[in-house]
Amino acid sequence: MSQVFIAFQANEESRPVVEAIVTDNPEAVVSYPTGLVKIDAPGRLTIRRETIEEQTGRPFDLQQLHVNLVTLSGQIDEDDDQLTLSWNH
Amino acid sequence: MNIDLQTREITPLRQTFAHVARLVGEGKAATRYQEATYGGQPMANFHYRPTWDPAHELFDASRSRIRLADWQALKDPRQFYYATWTMTRARQQEAVEANFQFVESRGLAASMSDTLRTRLLEVLLPLRHVAWGANMNNAAICAYGYGTAFTAPAMFHAMDHLGIAQLITRLALALDEPDVLDTGKRAWLDDACWQDLRRYVEDTFVLQDPVELFVAQNLALDGLLYPLVYGHYVDDHLTLHGGTAAAMLTSFMPEWHDETTRWVDAVVKTMVAAAEPEAAANRELLTQWFRHWAGRATQALAPIAELALGEHGAAALSEVSAALDARAAKLGLAL
Repeated sequence: MSQVFIAFQANEESRPVVEAIVTDNPEAVVSYPTGLVKIDAPGRLTIRRETIEEQTGRPFDLQQLHVNLVTLSGQIDEDDDQLTLSWNH
Repeated sequence: MNIDLQTREITPLRQTFAHVARLVGEGKAATRYQEATYGGQPMANFHYRPTWDPAHELFDASRSRIRLADWQALKDPRQFYYATWTMTRARQQEAVEANFQFVESRGLAASMSDTLRTRLLEVLLPLRHVAWGANMNNAAICAYGYGTAFTAPAMFHAMDHLGIAQLITRLALALDEPDVLDTGKRAWLDDACWQDLRRYVEDTFVLQDPVELFVAQNLALDGLLYPLVYGHYVDDHLTLHGGTAAAMLTSFMPEWHDETTRWVDAVVKTMVAAAEPEAAANRELLTQWFRHWAGRATQALAPIAELALGEHGAAALSEVSAALDARAAKLGLAL
């Protein structure tokens, strides 16, 4: 199965996003290249707004994650509640 | 000359402060909230007891009858520390400014009938003084409570109330002349329908136990007042009768109440759920305080509900009162 990945700048704002991804995607592997947080997952990776909100205790707009987004691979399926990377299309 | 550029990765030796690492686990990254909160409470080496209260240390958990092994467990689910709190409120202030501008530039205040506007100001203006009382009480909770996790959000809460009092003032100035502020204060001091509520607010000023004060102010009184006035009266009743402008100008209050409810609930829930043997005693005390103060608050708000909603007042009040009881039962109080 091909891998998908997403990488953020390693900072305070992206941390709850990373934690949410790890919670929702048990197979995800987190690595820390200099200045970044990179999350690899086999085949599929989902970011859910609700899980991020559980981490921060505050409302979160998924568009906020683009501020710290560095790079990704995979085809994107995005709406207000989730962003999914996969190779389904 | 050749310059050879190389990248070299430097990994930090430690993730956070040692005293935070002891609590979150060695080698784990701590959130800013944890770093700003843990270890903030002075716990030892006070040397002298305060002359104004020689029975206690300067910071003393025994000022409250609630017993907790760990006061740092009273975490704020919103994870507010100074920066996140100010940023959140600044964003909300921008929204409020936009609403005021919208109402003023389109002359929406004039679209409200005079009777509706007069009644709105009669109901809202004395609430400035209630909000100021809530400011005093939460500042007292911060001063006499124990543990930064509990006291810091209490101070934020105090300042929020001050902001709400200012918003009511601004609303009054947008809808009417400045002398309505004096009229409102006179009603607060003299009108029969406000005296029960004023007695409630003034009685809470002299409560010694910070947690009892927390229950009386933040759970009992605010838990009834905000859904009643900003929910039933402004958002439901007024909007139906052409007072949408008022709902726009007070939009912060119900939003703020929904947000802070999560903090208030988390505090009570944690105290009730504290490890045995404290749990039973804590639960009994909190239940007793809640019964007493929620009962008094319901009584004190009855004339306000009638002033605002007329014959529907009593029904609205019993509805919010039942909702508050259900909320308290869900938190684990023995009702």
